[in-house]
Amino acid sequence: MSSITIRNLNKYYGALHVLRSLDLSIASGEGVVLLGANGCGKSTLMKCLNGLETPQSGSIVIDQNDVTTAKGLRLRSIRRDIGVVFQQFNLVENLTVFQNVLYGAMGQRRGGLLTVWNSLAPKDTREKAMHCLSRVRMADKASSRCRDLSGGQQQRVAIARMLMQSPKIILADEPVASLDPKAGIEVMDLLWEVVREHNMTVFCTLHQLDLAQNYADRIVGMKAGQIVFDSSNSSADKESLAQLYQGDTRVDGASSHENEYAAPNNRPAEIA
Amino acid sequence: MNTKQEPQSSHMPPRLTSPSWFAWLVIVVFAFLFFQGFSSAEISLERLVKGARNLSTFLGQAIPPDWSNMDVIANAMLETLYMAIVGVTVGIVLSVPFALLASRNTAPHPIVRTITRFMIATMRTIPDLIWALIFVVAVGLGPLAGILAIILDTIGFAARFFSERIEEVRPGPANALTASGAGRVSVIMGAILPETLASMSATSLYSVEKAIRSAVTLGLVGAGGIGVELSTAMRLFQFDKAFSIIIVVLLVVIGFEQLSSMIRKRVI
Ligand SMILES: Nc1ncnc2c1ncn2[C@@H]1O[C@H](COP(=O)(O)OP(=O)(O)O)[C@@H](O)[C@H]1O
Ligand SMILES: [Mg+2]
Repeated sequence: MSSITIRNLNKYYGALHVLRSLDLSIASGEGVVLLGANGCGKSTLMKCLNGLETPQSGSIVIDQNDVTTAKGLRLRSIRRDIGVVFQQFNLVENLTVFQNVLYGAMGQRRGGLLTVWNSLAPKDTREKAMHCLSRVRMADKASSRCRDLSGGQQQRVAIARMLMQSPKIILADEPVASLDPKAGIEVMDLLWEVVREHNMTVFCTLHQLDLAQNYADRIVGMKAGQIVFDSSNSSADKESLAQLYQGDTRVDGASSHENEYAAPNNRPAEIA
Repeated sequence: MNTKQEPQSSHMPPRLTSPSWFAWLVIVVFAFLFFQGFSSAEISLERLVKGARNLSTFLGQAIPPDWSNMDVIANAMLETLYMAIVGVTVGIVLSVPFALLASRNTAPHPIVRTITRFMIATMRTIPDLIWALIFVVAVGLGPLAGILAIILDTIGFAARFFSERIEEVRPGPANALTASGAGRVSVIMGAILPETLASMSATSLYSVEKAIRSAVTLGLVGAGGIGVELSTAMRLFQFDKAFSIIIVVLLVVIGFEQLSSMIRKRVI
């Protein structure tokens, strides 16, 4: 039902060829972890999947809908079924936890903001938000401001917001990379629990091998804009996985050591 | 001990560095303008003495201030406050859409952004007194001209600061809501504006102070309020009356600044 099929995908940023004829299929209900060195194009692929970036050629079909050609309302209706978890949580920090969770339903209704603003939202919406918060064990913080929470707590709230959306597919781009190891494992456990509960399809990028092997059904490896490794978790061998981090891993040709921490996470982006 | 100790590896930076040729150019032009301006003011001892004498004549006639027209002054002061409050409120409310249209991350189209920015820049560049003169011609003498002038002056000031703040907002939260299928307007109102509220209230408070000060002077060109009374009194050499007006203005402006700094401490 909620499958992803990517065919011959090419994405350029100016002259920089980031995604290079990339092919990948993900079946409904599958938990896929994408591994790859910094700068190999993982985030770019994620952004293409929900239409935040437009590739120059190729197709991405999600549940019989082509994302790459969808615009306006059709694109929004595809996005409605895709929940995203970000490395930087991306909560509106000035607002309360509860308000942020309500925002998860913003795309679901025609009234937009008016139907999810705390003072105006219908009773069942507010109840659902509270339920999602309880699911991530953050119900006691409903009235706190997001900026007062720790990173792990913020990521749990972001997962509650994502649940509020009732998506079929989850995209998670380095969901634990900004967290300390303990909070990271808590968040990964929680994420995988809720994903399994709702039978959702997950596509998650990580950069720790061991984390990948603890959670994935299937591990996919990316190097310099292409999928170079694809196997079920149980049969993934360490040697080929280690290959992902050696040689020309980046798409921009820079040496991967110099640019390890220069990943463009904070580049201002337009609202699509 | 010798202060010019030789550094071990590379050179120690010199204490003074010579400015670039551009800096030199700026300095020379500035110095020229300064001395030219100084001499064009034709400052002479004689004029200074005469000025001091005139000033003491003014003070002699102004003290004691004439409070007999207190009702007229109070009414005019009230009109000034009304002008300021109406003008600044409308101005700030209009500043929000102007700022949204002028910001890179919220404008619907780059052309709209360019046009809006140009409009805001025009409103800011033309001084409020000149706006008032224009509106006195357009709508006649009285407070309406003053209100219109304050509206434009406020937009020119506040929309620019609002817009700068809007462009600084982290794109992440807005992207997150966009990715969930939310519409653009909802995203802007829900994720971008809430992050700017604190800074917008600070700017708005400052706009109020600015509007009250400018409402006082706008009357000087006939745009309503206490400035009208002041310029009449001055022109008729009723310095005692003028002095009482100046005192009232002083008290009201100081009172408002006090109030506004109190609010600022509460809010921010
Ligand atoms: N918006 C953008 N504009 C230009 N170049 C970009 C942009 N986003 C990413 N890149 C470049 O694309 C390459 C891949 O980046 P990214 O997809 O973020 O890699 P990863 O997530 O695997 O670390 C990098 O060289 C990066 O500099
Ligand atoms: Mg990345």
